[in-house]
Amino acid sequence: MSAHSTAIGISSKRGVWGGGNEPLKASYGKLMMWFFLLSDIFTFAAFLITYISIRVSYPAYAGPADTFVGSNEYWPVPEMVFEALPFMHGVHAPLIFVGIMTFILIASSVTMVLAVEAGHRNDRNDVVKWMLWTLVGGVTFLSCQAWEWNHFIHGTDGGSVLTYVNSLGKVVQETVFGANLHVNEYGPAGFAQLFFFITGFHGFHVTVGVFLLFLCFYQAAVGVYDRRGHYEMVEKIGLYWHFVDLVWVFVFTLFYLI
Amino acid sequence: MEIQENKSTLVVEARNDEKIKKIWKTAGILLAITVVEFIMAFTMGRGILLYGAFMALTVWKAKYIMMEFMHLGDEVKPLFYSIIVPLIFLVWLIIVLVKEGSEIFLMRW
Repeated sequence: MSAHSTAIGISSKRGVWGGGNEPLKASYGKLMMWFFLLSDIFTFAAFLITYISIRVSYPAYAGPADTFVGSNEYWPVPEMVFEALPFMHGVHAPLIFVGIMTFILIASSVTMVLAVEAGHRNDRNDVVKWMLWTLVGGVTFLSCQAWEWNHFIHGTDGGSVLTYVNSLGKVVQETVFGANLHVNEYGPAGFAQLFFFITGFHGFHVTVGVFLLFLCFYQAAVGVYDRRGHYEMVEKIGLYWHFVDLVWVFVFTLFYLI
Repeated sequence: MEIQENKSTLVVEARNDEKIKKIWKTAGILLAITVVEFIMAFTMGRGILLYGAFMALTVWKAKYIMMEFMHLGDEVKPLFYSIIVPLIFLVWLIIVLVKEGSEIFLMRW
């Protein structure tokens, strides 16, 4: 390619419309990754905006947070729902576990950007090292989420007494433990449904990301990118991984803080 | 065809400490914002002020991730705007559906 003197690089041989130009100055793969991520932003935005609008259509819990009891009459206080820790039964630790998960994901994003930086320098050893750390972070995050779901589904010791329409179409009043798509002990049915769909869809993205990370780690380790002559794949998979972190930042705020 | 050896002709460049320092600095900012959000969740009363602060901090974090980690700021302007401009429509969608949700609330209760 000739030297770019204008904003749109024009190949001297073919002119503007003759092909061979790179108006966005990014490779095909990187460009398509960006546009895929844009479409994925729309999907996640649809989920999260649905969450907000359903949430504001319910009354908020009015009393002080520490006297909170689960009910399908009002939206629950997140810090009273997400307050358990693994291996510490009965300890009230509001938002601690999800805070740890957020730190893990942000940390894995940092090691990813270090891998991308190492890729720019063609430094295979550094790429392999940082990819491995990112992979560890991704797997740890997924394990934490598995525990979080397990706890959410099985519920607390006491459960909540709810009046609701059961699966046979009858109005019943009984103690509900945990959560499913039909009823849950924390709040309205929509609360658990949105929790499952949004964190589940995000977890699915993390799972795909972990596969991609492993692929990239393996290919870097055996020298595929050295033979190819560039480490652009690290950059593309890095974009995807940062996106997963980006979405989690929003999920964290909307689901666990607000 | 020759058998490809597992050897590279690529030249490994030395670490640029300044760049790496900047990455860790960004990481520090992200973690600090998260800690601030965490503290606010327990010390401030629930209400529009707290939620607005949360959203502002979240967008701020998103900006750091997209600009520093995803290097969107380093791309050429047309690519930058083709990613950012569509997101403006999402802001409108949020406003509309929050309004919609609160109307449903008024109808229901």
